[in-house]
Amino acid sequence: MVEEIGNTTEGDLIINVGPQHPATHGVLHLIITLNGETIKKVEPHLGFIHRSIEKMCESLSYRQFIYVTSRMDYLSSHINNHACALTVEKGLQIEVPDRAKVIRILMDELTRIASHELWWGAMAMDLGAFTPFFHAFRERESINDIMEETCGARLTMNYIVPGGLMQDIHPNFQKRVKDFLSLYKSKIHEYDELITGNIIFQNRMKGVGYLSPEDAISFGVTGPAARGSGVSCDIRKLYPYDGYENLQFDEILETAGDSFARYMVRIREMQQSVRIIEQLIDNIPEGDFQTKTKAVLKLPKGEFYTRVETARGEFGVYIVSEGGTTPYRIKFRSPGFSNLSALDKMARGEKLGDLVAMMGTLDLVIPDIDR
Amino acid sequence: MWSLSSISNAIHTWLNETFNPTWAMIFEMVIVGVCVIGLFAVLGLVLVIMERKVAAWIQIRLGPNRVGPKGMFQSMADTVKLLVKEGMTPNGVDKFLFNLAPLIAMIVAMLLMAPIAFAKDFVMWDLNIGVLYVTAVSSITVIGILMAGWASNNKYSLMGAMRSGAQIVSYELSAGLSILTIIVFTGSLNISDIVLSQANGWWIFKGHFPAIVSFVIFIIAVTAETNRAPFDLAEAESELTAGFHTEYSGMKFALFFLAEYINVFIVCAIGATLFLGGWMPFHIGNWEAFNHIMDYIPSGLWFFGKTFFLIFLIMWFRWTFPRLRIDQLLNLEWKYLLPISMFNLLLATALAILGWHF
Repeated sequence: MVEEIGNTTEGDLIINVGPQHPATHGVLHLIITLNGETIKKVEPHLGFIHRSIEKMCESLSYRQFIYVTSRMDYLSSHINNHACALTVEKGLQIEVPDRAKVIRILMDELTRIASHELWWGAMAMDLGAFTPFFHAFRERESINDIMEETCGARLTMNYIVPGGLMQDIHPNFQKRVKDFLSLYKSKIHEYDELITGNIIFQNRMKGVGYLSPEDAISFGVTGPAARGSGVSCDIRKLYPYDGYENLQFDEILETAGDSFARYMVRIREMQQSVRIIEQLIDNIPEGDFQTKTKAVLKLPKGEFYTRVETARGEFGVYIVSEGGTTPYRIKFRSPGFSNLSALDKMARGEKLGDLVAMMGTLDLVIPDIDR
Repeated sequence: MWSLSSISNAIHTWLNETFNPTWAMIFEMVIVGVCVIGLFAVLGLVLVIMERKVAAWIQIRLGPNRVGPKGMFQSMADTVKLLVKEGMTPNGVDKFLFNLAPLIAMIVAMLLMAPIAFAKDFVMWDLNIGVLYVTAVSSITVIGILMAGWASNNKYSLMGAMRSGAQIVSYELSAGLSILTIIVFTGSLNISDIVLSQANGWWIFKGHFPAIVSFVIFIIAVTAETNRAPFDLAEAESELTAGFHTEYSGMKFALFFLAEYINVFIVCAIGATLFLGGWMPFHIGNWEAFNHIMDYIPSGLWFFGKTFFLIFLIMWFRWTFPRLRIDQLLNLEWKYLLPISMFNLLLATALAILGWHF
């Protein structure tokens, strides 16, 4: 809970945004103190969709607990699974085949594009433009089709197991991904024409919701939200995993720190993801998609931590093992929670309409905040 | 040119021959009232389905396609649903004002129909200050919205209503000034006279630069006045859930909804009348043959064609642009549109005095 700085005085209007509100994209409850249209304080209240996922994981085996994390940040479920599998593999020192690594990264980047597509549509909808949502979904659908063909599911893929993948890719996979890339490239200019270049949109975004690099670091903001303030925090670059070190891509940094910078980071990040996919799609090595692992996995006694870059920021998995078949304690470090904590700092003194835009640029997924 | 006046004259004569003058007038009023309500209902249905189809077309989807051929009866099904829904009055609201507000919005929209020329010699009330009447009556809409916002006893509604109040009051100025530009050219406030003055060309072509500027300003201002995106701050779905009509449901909500669409129709009709010649066919100066061919198209078709073109334009805005913020909205009006339209009016006056328009 945010500390009491902005004192409420006579004449202030306190409104409850949520838990049922079109702008929160889930069951988030914000208590907003307003002076006219100007925001004096934003107080997020959590707990409406708490499912005690961390506690649930303690009674699941090391093979099983991975798939519960799909339900946290459901838009980058594949990347969450990836992080969990990496932690288990680190503990057991399993070497993953190259083929599995490449496919994992391909899926990660496809998930990232799909997530950013959805964000772009929802963001524009927060600002009152409905059409972009449908345009974004047109491209996102084809990613979902690719996922469905290979993984059997469209949203919570559950494709990763410790030691590799659940199954090999579908024979059509490479062709479908190339089709998607050509579709995406032929449509990406529409995004700029419809929204990015729009004068109303730019006026709504520029100079609004400023987050300084110092604040971004002190609130623990990660991902595109922090990179919009010029904080270099891309885990794929800083602590590469599963072969990101061999790939050519840029970490996108914007220095303005306002809503528009955060928006541009995501837009440009999608193009970097496309670049990564293009490098890998024709170079999937032959070989096994999975290493042989024991039927029952037992992590050695100790503590294990891995972090990956999801579409929203740094996602960390911390496992304490007592040597049994289930974790003794699991803690997830989810990006949404820290990013939300910076909302109050960003929103003070801005207008109510811009709060919605700021929440859009933070790309909040509520089940990720409230585990 | 074929005209509808023969029909109305025939009815008038027959009524006066059959009944005494008082009864004849009462019957005429009833006929006009039934026509207005009928037009109201039909327009509401047509505009709602049009909006949904236009939205679907812009958003690469099909839109309603289940009820009737290509979903054309969808809005009727929606109306039936709204009619049979319970008209809730929440606890803690000011019951009288709460129930009065949608009626005011509706009545204002109905009153605005009176001076509009739908076709040649087809005006309900050929008022000699028609344009002034429209601008005056349309400003009552804001009272309905403020009343709804205040009576709802809901913070979202109140904020929506306050935004709407600020917005409508501001944008009326530039809407009024751009209407004034045409009045300066025409020298009359009577809508029939304004239409007749465009017999040799519409004002948007005849009025040079000032007419085009005032047309653009008029379209922006009326979009704001009717609370439609990108100026839909009073409703602002993502910020204020549904703005001033958050607490309304069933038919009371439907009245607001209907009033909004009728207002869109009326402002577009005014725009078409002032700038695009109303029911006047497309005439070019003294090209007699061309003008004569154009006259074969019925005048009502010209009027509705132009009006629906403008309505389409306003719908296009709605499905393309993001929403403005409240301070940007007021800045746009007071810092840009108002000075520009004042200067534009000055220019138009100079042109009119020098007689430089065609």
